[in-house]
Amino acid sequence: MLEIQGLTRRFGQKKAVDGVSLQIPAGQMVGVIGRSGAGKSTLLRLLNRLAEPSEGRILFNGKDVTALRGRALRDWRTDCAMIFQQFNLVQRLDVLTNVLIGRLNHRHGMMAKIGSLLCHFSPEERAMALAALDRFDLLSTALQRSDTLSGGQQQRVAICRALMQQPRLLLADEPIASLDPRNARTVMDALTQVNRDGITVLVNLHHLDTAREYCDRVVAMQQGHVVFDGPPSELNSARITQIYGLTEAEFQAEAAAAVNARSEFEFPRQPALA
Amino acid sequence: MSEGISAQEAAFRDLRRQRRLSTLIGVLVLGACLLAAAWMSEFYPSTLVAGAPRIGEYFSRILPSLEWAKLLSDAETEGSLAFWLYRADAWLLLLFETAQMAAIATVMGASVALLLAFPAAKNLGAPNWVFQLTRRLLEATRTVPEIVFALIFVWAFGVGALAGILAIALHTTGALGKLFADAMENVELRPWDGVRASGGTWFEACRFAVLPAALPDLLSYAMLRFEINLRSASVIGFVGAGGIGEELYKVISFNYYEEISAIILLIILAVMLIDLTSERLRRRVIEAVA
Repeated sequence: MLEIQGLTRRFGQKKAVDGVSLQIPAGQMVGVIGRSGAGKSTLLRLLNRLAEPSEGRILFNGKDVTALRGRALRDWRTDCAMIFQQFNLVQRLDVLTNVLIGRLNHRHGMMAKIGSLLCHFSPEERAMALAALDRFDLLSTALQRSDTLSGGQQQRVAICRALMQQPRLLLADEPIASLDPRNARTVMDALTQVNRDGITVLVNLHHLDTAREYCDRVVAMQQGHVVFDGPPSELNSARITQIYGLTEAEFQAEAAAAVNARSEFEFPRQPALA
Repeated sequence: MSEGISAQEAAFRDLRRQRRLSTLIGVLVLGACLLAAAWMSEFYPSTLVAGAPRIGEYFSRILPSLEWAKLLSDAETEGSLAFWLYRADAWLLLLFETAQMAAIATVMGASVALLLAFPAAKNLGAPNWVFQLTRRLLEATRTVPEIVFALIFVWAFGVGALAGILAIALHTTGALGKLFADAMENVELRPWDGVRASGGTWFEACRFAVLPAALPDLLSYAMLRFEINLRSASVIGFVGAGGIGEELYKVISFNYYEEISAIILLIILAVMLIDLTSERLRRRVIEAVA
C-alpha cells in the first residue's frame, strides 16, 4: 500500500504539486492524466525522491520514505523503479550492461561495488538480465549499443532494467509519448505484464483511450491538485469537459503537443550525495 | 505605411544605434588595453621590424645544406641526408626516451585528472566545498609552469627523467582536469536520472551515465595533451630533466646549426605520428561500445 499525504512541491512561488493525497493498494495499475504543467511528472519524481517534497509525506507499507537518506534512500529507489519518456538509457553502452545497471544496488560490500565500477557482474546476474530481455523479445539485441535500437525497443530495455531492481512499484513517466502507436502498444502490453507479476504501476499518460484501456484506476490532475480519482469508466467525455472545460479531442491534442515540447525540459536536480 | 510599422522601424534604428555604439566602445577599450599591454611588455613595432629579418637569417643558418645529386649518399658525403642526420640513431633513441617520458606523464596526469574531474563538474552536484577544492587544486597545478615543477623535482630527486615526468604529470593533471570536467558538464543527464532512479550511488552514476558519454572527448583531449607533453618533455630537458631536451640545449648553446634543424624535424615528425594515431583511436572509441 502506497499512501501519499498532503504532498506539495513548490518551485519558487508556483506549486507544481499541491496537497495531493492518494491511497494506492498493492497491485493496482493507476493512470495519471492531466494537462501540461498539471504536476504529473513532478508527482512521480517526488515518489522516488528524484525531487524533494516541500510538504507532506509518502508512506509505503507504513514506512515513511520522505526523509530517507543515503543507503536507505537508494534502497527505496530500488523498490520503486522508474521509466522515463526518453528512456534514459546509457546510449553508448550495450543493452545488456544497461539492463545490469538495474542490479547495482543489489550488490553489497566493498568488492562488489568495485566490481560494478569495472562493469564486472556475476554469471547469475547476467543470466537474470538475459532472461528479462528474452521475455520482452530483445534477446538478440543484448550486445548491441542501445542507441542502435528503436524507441519501442529502448523503452522495453528500460523496463527490463527496472525489473532487474525487483521493485514493488513501477513509476512510468509518459512512457509512450515519444513512440509511434505500434511501439506504444508493445510498451503498454509490457507494463501490463509487469503489473500481472504483482507490481503496482503508476503511469503518466496523455492519451485518455490508453488510460481507459489499460488502467484499473485513473487519477486526473489539474494545477497540482487531484480533480478526479476513480475507475476509467466514470471518466467519460462529459466528465472531462466538466473538469477541464475542454472537449476530449482538444484535451488530447493539447497534451500531446505539450509532451513533445517538453522533451528538452530539465527538472531541477537534487544534491548529489543524498 | 501604418503608424505601428514606422514606430517599429524607429525602435529598430534606435536599438541598432545603441548596439553599434556599445560595439564601438568595446573595440576602443580593447584597443587601448592592447596598446597598453604592448607598451608594458615592450612589444614595439620598430623592434619587430628590425628583428624580423634576423629570424630568417637564423632559419637559413639552421637549414641543412643539401645537394640534390648527393641526397642519398652515405654519411661521409657533405650535402646528403645521411650527413645532415648523422646522429639520427642517438637522437631517435633520445626522442624515444622523451616520448616515453611524455607518455608516462600523460597517463599519470590523465588518470588523476579523470578522478578529479567528476567532483569538478558543476552539473554532477558534488558538495560545494569538494567542487571548490578540486577546481582550485586543478587551477593551482596548471598555473605553475612545468619548468618550475621540474626545477623543484630535480632538486629533490636529482637530475634525470623522473623529475621531468613528475613535473609534466602534475601540470597535465591541472590542464586535463579542467578540460575533462568541462566535457562532463556537456553530457546529457537523462542517463544520470536513469542510474540514480535505479538506486545507483553517485560513483556508479559517474561511471555508467557520464563516463561512456564523455569518453571520446576525454580521449581526444588526452591525445592532444600527449602531443603537448612531447614538446614539454623536449624543452624540460634544458634543466636536466632527461630526454632529447638536453641534447637540443647542447646543440643550441654550441651553435651546431644544422643539428638544431635535424632534431626539430624529428620532433615534428613524432608529433605528426601521434596526431595520426590519435585520430584513428578516437574513431574506434566513438564507434565502440564503451
